[in-house]
Amino acid sequence: MAAPPSFLWTRRVFLTLLTGFVLLPVYVMVSSSLKPLEDVTGSFRWLPTDLTIRPYIDIWSTVPLAKYFVNSLVVAGAATVCSVVIAVFAAYAVSRYDFRGKRVFSVTVLSTQMFPGILFLLPLFLIYVNIGNATGIALFGSRGGLILTYLTFSLPFSIWMLIGYFDSVPRDLDEAALVDGCGPLKALFRVVVPAAIPGIVAVAVYAFMTAWGEVLFASVMTNDTTRTLAVGLQGYSTQNDVYWNQIMAASLVVSVPVVAGFLLLQRYLVAGLTAGAVK
Amino acid sequence: MTTTTAPAGPGGRTVGKSSPGAARGPRRRTGRIRRIGLPYLLLLPALLLELLVHLVPMVIGIVMSFKELTQFHIRDWTTAPWAGLDNYAMSVDFNAPVGEALLHSFLVTCAFTLLSVGLCWFIGTAAAICMQDTFRGRGLLRALFLVPYALPVYAAVITWAFMFQHDNGLVNHVLHDQLGLTDKPSFWLIGDNSFIALLVVSVWKGWPFAFLIVMAGLQNIPRELYEAAALDGAGVIQQIRRITLPSLRPVNQVLVLVLFLWTFNDFNTPFVLFGKAAPEAADLISIHIYQSSFVTWNFGAGSAMSVLLLLFLLLVTGVYLFLTSRERRSARV
Repeated sequence: MAAPPSFLWTRRVFLTLLTGFVLLPVYVMVSSSLKPLEDVTGSFRWLPTDLTIRPYIDIWSTVPLAKYFVNSLVVAGAATVCSVVIAVFAAYAVSRYDFRGKRVFSVTVLSTQMFPGILFLLPLFLIYVNIGNATGIALFGSRGGLILTYLTFSLPFSIWMLIGYFDSVPRDLDEAALVDGCGPLKALFRVVVPAAIPGIVAVAVYAFMTAWGEVLFASVMTNDTTRTLAVGLQGYSTQNDVYWNQIMAASLVVSVPVVAGFLLLQRYLVAGLTAGAVK
Repeated sequence: MTTTTAPAGPGGRTVGKSSPGAARGPRRRTGRIRRIGLPYLLLLPALLLELLVHLVPMVIGIVMSFKELTQFHIRDWTTAPWAGLDNYAMSVDFNAPVGEALLHSFLVTCAFTLLSVGLCWFIGTAAAICMQDTFRGRGLLRALFLVPYALPVYAAVITWAFMFQHDNGLVNHVLHDQLGLTDKPSFWLIGDNSFIALLVVSVWKGWPFAFLIVMAGLQNIPRELYEAAALDGAGVIQQIRRITLPSLRPVNQVLVLVLFLWTFNDFNTPFVLFGKAAPEAADLISIHIYQSSFVTWNFGAGSAMSVLLLLFLLLVTGVYLFLTSRERRSARV
């Protein structure tokens, strides 16, 4: 459509302002991470007076950032892989089969989306402690416990989105595979999964981001050795000093992997959301 | 949420039910036994996990809300004495301090959610409509707009906390030092301004999701509709009002519900911005419950408040889904 100039100008102004709003914190993060400490404790300045990469060296020794990084990577990675695999099976069952309790299952999965995380925090804490006491399996404070917890945050959303996505994969495709003598699982992995790759990638990205950014459970359910980045960053403020330049440097370092991955995969995400959540 | 499965379900299911039976005649005998158990087998891992991490904790949480659970009983919570409905009575007694604080927090959360969801939806939709046509730099801009969504919550919110600092923050530097709009530097993370600070951060973080969903929804609107409207002489505003917004209705119904639930339950943003105790003006319900349970060590009362919150969310969601699905049904007839 040929848009009139007034619309083009409104659009230009709006998008410019919005870009500024979006990028402002990013600019602050980057510029402050290149300032010496004296520069971030005084009044704010737009430009660093004394450009330095010192904060990027110091962040690794002020707190054991590398360890937190590994913890976050292990927890988020494991939660993502498990969540995607389990969701693929469950969504396939719901999308392709009629069975008793299907509605109950779907409704239950959807409704867990609305539960406040705080509702589960204390009971889960008690369950993990009790399982530990009874069986000797240390869930509380362990990476395993956290993985289990994160898994179920992303699971309902993953199942919900994949059901929508699998529904959009024509049934004729896997039915043809069944006729050709494939078993249902073979049909799933040979036909449905490849056709639903955008949806699966979208779900994986979402699961990883949720786990990477989660704060509440990480702050209660981790100890010194299993602490994740979400909690670890608090270590840059001591009673006397807040190392804002290091906080900004560390924030940038922990953001780069997810933002880069997200931007690389955003095409999939948009495609996945189109078919899975929007119809 | 049911919007997503409902329209596709009935049509697809009839096809799925009738054709494979006919087509798979020879394989029927061996196939049937396996196929009856198969869906359950596929669901088993998901079911077990849901049971362990959602349903069981919920039941325990509900039981806990009827107990007098303080730090003395935390080692073995089953020994805590029964409190009956005391925790609930205390939570909804709006004349006593506990109930009054809860009501205040609830109202703050309602106002915050309303504003945040409204702004997120508006900005997201406006941006998506602006980016419907192709123009130079569109791909880059779209990637930039998704950055707040992709950034880990704590990294982004901690940066905002830095920007809102009283002495060395950007916000006061711009408003006071550079523009001279305020007499003296304001406090943003304590006092009444904290509501504004929280809202700004929440909208910054939340609108890209609306943008993403609306953008996806816009792809389903046929181009011909706009072309026909343009031929009939409809302007941009009219096209948006007559074509874009009505076509987005089903998308918006899901989007608004999801945004509502996420914003209402948001814990991460206020927790990173303010720490364990939020200022009164920005005392969101999830932080309030966290404080009621973990700081004052009254887990019974905290559980009762969680259950009340859950009932409220169930009620709102139920009414919302009922209204929107009835509207859909009447629209179809």
